[in-house]
Amino acid sequence: MLAFILRRMGQAILVMLTVAFVAFMIFQYVGDPVTNLLGQDATPEQRIQLRKDLGLDEPFPVQFARFIGNAVQGEFGLSLRQGRKVSTLIAERLPATMELAMTAGVLALVVGIPLGVYAALKRGSFLSQALMTFSLLGVSLPSCLFGILLILIFAVTFKILPSFGRGDVVAIGSWTTGYLTVDGWKHLVLPAITLSLANMALVLRLVRSEMLEVLRTDYIKFARARGLNIRAVHFGHALKNTLVPVMTIMGLQLGQLIAFAIITETVFQWPGMGLLFIQAVQFADIPVMAAYLLLVSGIFVSINLLVDMLYLVVDPRLHVDGKAGAH
Amino acid sequence: MSSSSDGATTGSAAVIPKAPGRLARFFDGDVWHSFCNSPMAILAAVIAFICVFCSLFAPWVAPHNPFDLASLELIDARLPPAWIEGGKSKYLLGTDDQGRDLLSALMYGARISLFVGLASVFVSLVVGVSLGLLSGFAGGKVDAFIMRVCDVMLSFPSLLVALLIDGLGKAMFPNAPDALAYAVLIVAISLSGWVQYARTVRGSTLVERNKEYVQAARVIGVKPSRIMVRHVLPNVLGPVLVLATIQVAFAIIAEATLSFLGLGVPPTSPSLGTLIRVGNDFLFSGEWWITIWPGAMLVLIALSVNLLGDWLRDALNPRLR
Repeated sequence: MLAFILRRMGQAILVMLTVAFVAFMIFQYVGDPVTNLLGQDATPEQRIQLRKDLGLDEPFPVQFARFIGNAVQGEFGLSLRQGRKVSTLIAERLPATMELAMTAGVLALVVGIPLGVYAALKRGSFLSQALMTFSLLGVSLPSCLFGILLILIFAVTFKILPSFGRGDVVAIGSWTTGYLTVDGWKHLVLPAITLSLANMALVLRLVRSEMLEVLRTDYIKFARARGLNIRAVHFGHALKNTLVPVMTIMGLQLGQLIAFAIITETVFQWPGMGLLFIQAVQFADIPVMAAYLLLVSGIFVSINLLVDMLYLVVDPRLHVDGKAGAH
Repeated sequence: MSSSSDGATTGSAAVIPKAPGRLARFFDGDVWHSFCNSPMAILAAVIAFICVFCSLFAPWVAPHNPFDLASLELIDARLPPAWIEGGKSKYLLGTDDQGRDLLSALMYGARISLFVGLASVFVSLVVGVSLGLLSGFAGGKVDAFIMRVCDVMLSFPSLLVALLIDGLGKAMFPNAPDALAYAVLIVAISLSGWVQYARTVRGSTLVERNKEYVQAARVIGVKPSRIMVRHVLPNVLGPVLVLATIQVAFAIIAEATLSFLGLGVPPTSPSLGTLIRVGNDFLFSGEWWITIWPGAMLVLIALSVNLLGDWLRDALNPRLR
């Protein structure tokens, strides 16, 4: 078990180093930072001086090590477009994205799991077939389009919900939250639904197919044959075992939610990291891109690691043979 | 001697009925049978066929040529669909902000979307299947290395990978010709998709590798590369087919998303995603048709492809029969 944890941690570190390397390469070689900082008509002496100041004349491994050292401290220099510190920019935007992603994730689970269970238990009924078709629609509907549709219906036609921004926020220390004001909730509704739709469909389909698999197994048949209450069989035995793979996928999906928030944030002009990133991409603002990349993959990798650890707690079979990866 | 053997074969052919050809076997097989019994699959296939037909033959089917600047008239800009007050029968679905006929723009746009989608699925399929086959068949260090790369790719949201590559491509070649922009886009989308093929194929290859027919081929001295391509590959393609169908829908949506974010195809040749983005600016002035039609077209294509993929997965899964 310890070996398993160590191996996963090693893997996580490897991934982070790879990402850091990619970010570093982008940082160094796409667009010349010296030209970016000094402008086109700097004298050669100025350039050499700046190269020295920035440490660009040092050997590659030293530069890479310094980059990682700075990155760990959250230091990414100045945004080329806004001229402010990248770390401040991201810190300002982080709460908006996290709140959006969390709300969407919870929404997907709360709606998706019951519907998935229903679709599995009442397999073949009209409603569950309709659910499956709708879930396919949910997968096929690009979230930018879904967001636009929601805006068209609720903001343009009926004018009952706002279509952009975060509304009133309350600052708690350095964290700003929209959870504490009515206006904040109103602004959150449409973006959260938009972001959660694809996930909801995914959870529904996953729960359904896993549940169908589990219902076929011998222990469920046996539990039924013993005359256990059918509810106890379905929810106590079948659902419990269904939720293990759902947990893994949702762990991965939380990372996806943060990434996909880019689209939702663009549609709703939600002031989160995604909007910051997409603007950075459009203006080739490399420091912001690199920082966002590292941050999101950091979150992603930590969630994965956490899910793996949870697996150990939840699935007792892993205690026995200790060989997890071979699922 | 030779004539007598010829006689023997013709003689036996007269007695034993000729083995049916591939096509005949397909129409007699389970897959075709299940297709005929699934109204959803037939509907999806018809819709997909119409979309592909219209986009493939857009220059001949479309009522106008949206790229012909001479035929554009700004007076006709932002006209509503023909059945709404103020619409012209000349423009069935209305016009966009530059007076382009939306129906024609849809057909040309779907053409670009389909091209990018299919091309990126093809690239990721070829890369993924070859690496997966190699990984499963060679085993050892090669396998470990490829699988680690897959892990790294998977621990990264695919949209982010595509965005990053596309963004970098734009940053490195700011004034790239259109062809290069397309290439970057296709690479960006396919790079996020190949891992799934590789993992699927590797899994099936590991199973096939130990089967008797592969060992028999080994024993009689067939070269490993030939066993891989001629014997193992055909047997692992079933799941790949299902995956590829679903990935087409994914790739088309990914293209639309990137174009929507302003990073996709060059603006001179608007794809469905670009049309949606353009229309988004006119949403609040009530001109919904500029964005809704391309959106509907996109959903129609993606949904029909997904339905086909869903059906195909069930049809090829022996456990569900």
